[in-house]
Amino acid sequence: MTTFSAISATLTIFKKDLRSELRTRYALNALIMFVITTISVILFAIGNESVSPELLSGILWIIIFFSTMSGLSRSFVSEEERGTVMTLHLIARPLTIYFGKLLFNLILLGALNIFTVILYLLFVTGFNVSSYSIFIVTILLGTLGLASASTIIAAIIAKANTKGTLYPVLSFPILLPLLLTVINATKLSVEGAAFIDAVGDFQVLISYLVVITTISYLLFEYIWKE
Amino acid sequence: MNTISFTTEKIAKTFNRRKIFSEISFSLNKSDSLAITGRNGSGKSTLLKILANVLSPTKGEIGMKINDKIVKPTDYFAYLGLVSPYLQLYDEFSGWENLDLFRRIRGVDASVDYLTELLRRVNLWERRNDYVRTYSSGMKQRLKYAFALIHRPPILLLDEPTSNLDTEGISTVYQIIEEQKKAGILIVATNDAEDMKKCEQVLDLNTQASGKDPK
Repeated sequence: MTTFSAISATLTIFKKDLRSELRTRYALNALIMFVITTISVILFAIGNESVSPELLSGILWIIIFFSTMSGLSRSFVSEEERGTVMTLHLIARPLTIYFGKLLFNLILLGALNIFTVILYLLFVTGFNVSSYSIFIVTILLGTLGLASASTIIAAIIAKANTKGTLYPVLSFPILLPLLLTVINATKLSVEGAAFIDAVGDFQVLISYLVVITTISYLLFEYIWKE
Repeated sequence: MNTISFTTEKIAKTFNRRKIFSEISFSLNKSDSLAITGRNGSGKSTLLKILANVLSPTKGEIGMKINDKIVKPTDYFAYLGLVSPYLQLYDEFSGWENLDLFRRIRGVDASVDYLTELLRRVNLWERRNDYVRTYSSGMKQRLKYAFALIHRPPILLLDEPTSNLDTEGISTVYQIIEEQKKAGILIVATNDAEDMKKCEQVLDLNTQASGKDPK
């Protein structure tokens, strides 16, 4: 298999997942409803109280974390539940499948995060971004890291019996370094810090992304095959 | 393909310390056919999954050579076709969409004409644009044959090949079996006497004995 055909197969798996998602709405509806419900609950809980921007930065990433947990596991779990895992085994190499699924999760999470951030900026008073350059890079790197980690964790938990509860439990310790860093970088963007002040956080996020993607690349074949 | 060889050496499988089978060894070359038989729970389907590289054996080795070149296990999928009751195709896509998808992912140069021929052969051409979820179990079984043959595999693995099929479907399957025996290697997991007669060798998982010509 040449590099070109591997890339082509990866893109086809991505397109298959996208088309399947648009037809079945396995994850999409759950994710959108989760984000809307959570932001509504937060608005009711806050009421007229004034909440510090630091706390609101944390709440934004809590919404993103739990919405990721509610939807992204579907990429592998739905294949396992529908019994199509064997079909995938029979048509492509493990890494082709991994990168196809990663690409799909990346696009899904990217769209979800844009939707979440827009709603959050519109409705949550007191959350005003002063440094958009830091904010955009944080959302971008956070999305990449979250998608990468949650894809490999989804592949692991798809083999387990207690899929629903295991996903956030297993994800939390793995995602903790990422969450702490993105919360800090978001806080800096709200405080109006200079871009240079957030570079340290960005380096951590890039390192996290590289480490998780490399580990996933090395481990996926063993996880994929029972 | 001039030469094909598919070998297993002392394959064993255990689930939760329960031994399913052990010491399964055989060697097949082009034009060989093997029927795997045994009572329910003897591990026929498990063995087929191991041969298809979907499941890992607890012990033992599998080897594949095409034109005297060793094939890496991650590339087995390119040379294997599998039809099995456990195999599920995508319900939310039509029969045609499924085949087109598999063709693209595999990267095989199967033409539209060949897909048409496959669907006509398994008698699904008229229903090609219907979602697979609207298919009957027999129609799904027919579509699995089109799926397994899309890349013209030198090794064809069939688990309960005639289950859910009507007389016409069974006749098509037997035709596919005869063609595969000429072109490559055929392995069938079955307890059906008629299916077994189509193979030259038999491996009985109850006794783990292998013999030639069940006819």
